[in-house]
Amino acid sequence: MPDPSFLFAQALSGLTAAMFLFLIASGLTLIFGVLRVLNFAHGSFYMLGAYMAFQVVRWLGREPSSFWWAALGAAVGVAVLGGVVERLLLRHLYDKEELYQLLFTYALVLILSDAAKVLWGTGQLSVSRPPGLAGAFRFFGTTIPYYNLFILLLGPAIALLFWLALTRTRRGRFIRAAALDREMLGALGVNVSGLYTGVFVLGSFLAGLGGALVTPVKAIVPGMDVEIIVEAFIVVVIGGLGSFWGTFLGALIYGQVLSFGILIFPRFSIFSVFALMAVVLILRPWGLLGRPLKT
Amino acid sequence: MSALRRAPWGLLAAVAALAVPLVGSRFYTFVATDVAIMALFAVSLNLLLGYTGLVSFGHAAYFGVGAYTTGLLMKKAGVAFLLAFPAAGVLAGLCALVFGFFCVRLTKIYFAMLTLAFAQIVWAICFKWNDVTGGEQGMPEIPYPDLAWMERLPVVGDLRTSDHFHLLTVVVVALCFWLLRRIVGSPFGRILTTIRENPERAEFIGVHVRRWELLAFVLSGAFAGLAGALFGIFNRGVFPDFVYWTKSSEVLIMTILGGMGYFYGPAVGALVLLVLNQQITSYTEYWPFVLGTILIVLLFAFPGGIVGALDAGCRRLAGLRRA
Repeated sequence: MPDPSFLFAQALSGLTAAMFLFLIASGLTLIFGVLRVLNFAHGSFYMLGAYMAFQVVRWLGREPSSFWWAALGAAVGVAVLGGVVERLLLRHLYDKEELYQLLFTYALVLILSDAAKVLWGTGQLSVSRPPGLAGAFRFFGTTIPYYNLFILLLGPAIALLFWLALTRTRRGRFIRAAALDREMLGALGVNVSGLYTGVFVLGSFLAGLGGALVTPVKAIVPGMDVEIIVEAFIVVVIGGLGSFWGTFLGALIYGQVLSFGILIFPRFSIFSVFALMAVVLILRPWGLLGRPLKT
Repeated sequence: MSALRRAPWGLLAAVAALAVPLVGSRFYTFVATDVAIMALFAVSLNLLLGYTGLVSFGHAAYFGVGAYTTGLLMKKAGVAFLLAFPAAGVLAGLCALVFGFFCVRLTKIYFAMLTLAFAQIVWAICFKWNDVTGGEQGMPEIPYPDLAWMERLPVVGDLRTSDHFHLLTVVVVALCFWLLRRIVGSPFGRILTTIRENPERAEFIGVHVRRWELLAFVLSGAFAGLAGALFGIFNRGVFPDFVYWTKSSEVLIMTILGGMGYFYGPAVGALVLLVLNQQITSYTEYWPFVLGTILIVLLFAFPGGIVGALDAGCRRLAGLRRA
């Protein structure tokens, strides 16, 4: 039996990874739930968020608050980009086949990955932790950086905020209605096309924020986009495409399977998460907390 | 238009491809072999995509299984190509049978996601199973098949081994195309088209949709495996990249670029994409950027792909002539 404090540390690292994944996957599931577009470029938006955060930190220099401005700036920058993409291009593909939408977002992946290489090169970049959260504390025999604690609190906070916005506000009701029946909502006089743009912008904002917040713990490298998008797919598939709490659950499961999978089968932990995704799709294609799609 | 349709394009292309090593440089032969193999890969995908209407996002799995099978058999067990090559098709087909059994139970986006998940499982195995697949480093130095007999042939006898392999590839790919053509032209092919057009209706008239979809999946996987086997030898090595999901999207792009509504559409897509790739990478390293832009233009302006656009153009010309 391994040391309990070691197991605790392992669970905690899985939990931190889960919160990052939730930030990214929640945007993906929101966009899929409403627009019915599986956005491959979501990972690229995440990557751009990371690069933009790096850029803003470089501009602002060693100010104590520069990291926070960078995170905000990156999220807003990516959100604007998402809005432009949706307005100019993506909306013309809504009535086309799914395959065309998938390939369009894949084309964005290709373009954005090269754009990032042109702008920031191919080397590893990193951002240091914000000064206020630079330290760490010991708890139950494990050292926990303050920054990780912040992420652990931020994840559920964003989930709650979202849930409140979706269930308690007028706009949230529109979003839920659009997920169920976009034509009916339009017939009732709601500006559905504006709502779509809004949802895409919001989803992109979350991707950009996730990318910016991950910079203190992970190096920024080319290729982080295609890596994260597969992880985010796994999370949303496990939880249920389009299901908000499902994504939260999916992220928690993914984090734990990955961090304990490493203990049990050191070499096949990636294998275990893909296998989990396949099993969920076979047994419950709509995910643990999702609902079957209307055809 | 009818002349365009009736011309024996497949035969002409095969003859042209066979002539490449005689008239072109080593480089052109290299590109031509690449095109022939990827064309087979793309056409095999189109059996699912264009004919059955199933969007597979994990077709690289079967390509990779084929490549690893032949690579392992030829390199580690010293098995002759004549056995190792069909083995790739059989194993990839078996793999497709197991995965497809589950995939055809799902529809649309879920189907795509499950094919992706299975492909990533194969990738994870290839990436991590160091003892067998060489893991991240892959498996370099796959031997060429024994092509000494070609040296005794007239005309092509004194070409290089890589040229001989090119000839072999073209002949094999042409045979596969002939088989695939027979398949899509058969009653079975018609059933697939019916399923694509309206699965519910197909079910009503007594077609066992899942079973036929599974058969299409297996055939498609088997031919992708054959393409992978050739590619491993051509590439002189098999690497986990062959199975990564970006490879699956690459072959999807070829298929769409050429036109998934036509039998040879995907082959045209493979030709155009690979030749463009060779040309553009000599000017700039940012090929993905160019590819992404091409893809967007294609999706918005020519959703029927290159062959679709040509066909539409010819129809218009024919219409004008008649008027």
